Amino acid sequence: MKIAVLSGKGGTGKTFVSINLAAAADQSTYIDCDIEEPNGHLFLKPEKLKIDPVKVQIPTVNKEICTGCRKCVEFCKFNALAYINKNLMVFDDICHSCGGCKLVCPENALSEKEKVIGEVQKGISESVNVITGILNTGESSGTPIIKKALNSIENNRGLTVIDSPPGSACTVMDSIKDADYCILVAEPTLFGAHNLNMVYELLELFNKPYGVVLNKCHKEKNPAEKFCKEKGIKILEKIPFDNELGELNSNAKIASRENKRYKELFSSLLEKVIEEVKNETVINS
Amino acid sequence: MKIAMPVESKSMDNNVYQSFGRSPYFLIYDLQSKESVYVDNSAATSQGGAGIKAAQTIVDSGANVLITPRCGENAADVIKSANIKIYKSVVGSINENIKALEEERLSILQDIHAGFHHHGGR
Repeated sequence: MKIAVLSGKGGTGKTFVSINLAAAADQSTYIDCDIEEPNGHLFLKPEKLKIDPVKVQIPTVNKEICTGCRKCVEFCKFNALAYINKNLMVFDDICHSCGGCKLVCPENALSEKEKVIGEVQKGISESVNVITGILNTGESSGTPIIKKALNSIENNRGLTVIDSPPGSACTVMDSIKDADYCILVAEPTLFGAHNLNMVYELLELFNKPYGVVLNKCHKEKNPAEKFCKEKGIKILEKIPFDNELGELNSNAKIASRENKRYKELFSSLLEKVIEEVKNETVINS
Repeated sequence: MKIAMPVESKSMDNNVYQSFGRSPYFLIYDLQSKESVYVDNSAATSQGGAGIKAAQTIVDSGANVLITPRCGENAADVIKSANIKIYKSVVGSINENIKALEEERLSILQDIHAGFHHHGGR
């Protein structure tokens, strides 16, 4: 079973919920798809690391054959090509590796070369298999890293927790694509409710089953909770604003491994989610 | 000599546009014939790589000089490959900038910035 954890903004507690869910299960795989800033490994501290580079194809031109027709320059929607002084310039960092330029070249003057844009790390942290996607700084698209990270799951039958990137863009869509269930983590602020709405709309579009975890709850009004009630969204759990949690987090400790109360909270959250997925299967079958 | 400048509207009395890649138009001004031609900047609405596409437009216009308040790294690479000189614009109208260039009061643009890429969703 694959559970994706996402939120409309950063800092709501996606990684917090993901690592604790993974640690609460008997056996699990945790995949960090927040490739621009993966930090689940800081908590899980995986050992026996295996590192695989992630490569993409970028165009390279044979100047002898290129006639300067510019069909490739006109084709590239990312403007990664320019034709200056009878010379085709390729901007590697702008290229999204779609391969279109090679297809439209009537002279077959373009070929492709490999370029490393990041890596996928695999390791073990007690009962958790840890997979971390890392995009090199300055690269334009992280989706190849996410695809490779998601394809690195070895045990497909166990629980997989996918820690998604923040927001609702391509990288998020790629990371939730194969998820059986999505957990939305939201903060008790107006901004939090606004960003919750963004991912809510995305999931409606993807037709995925989902529920919300309200994080950092305090006694004040919770606009994210109000939003859930208005839209009839299931609230799976309310995690309190707790100094102890803050301290554990800032020391890179995993709450469900350190504190019995949080072990119980996340075990119960996991059970609720498993129950939800079962119900979904019944409805859809 | 032909001068290129990012401009907000098709008027010589207006100011130079504040950026290069996203400028609505480019003025191509011929210093000898005093003829001005305005070119649409098709890169202005690009999702990414606007600087590169805009620079291609400047190169294709046959300009020898670009006057702009600023210019990104990728655009500067394209422009420099075509041996076009980049001068930093001074505060004032397009006409004042042309005059400043003629009187050799403009300096070469030094602070090529690394670009404002990757803001917002991708």
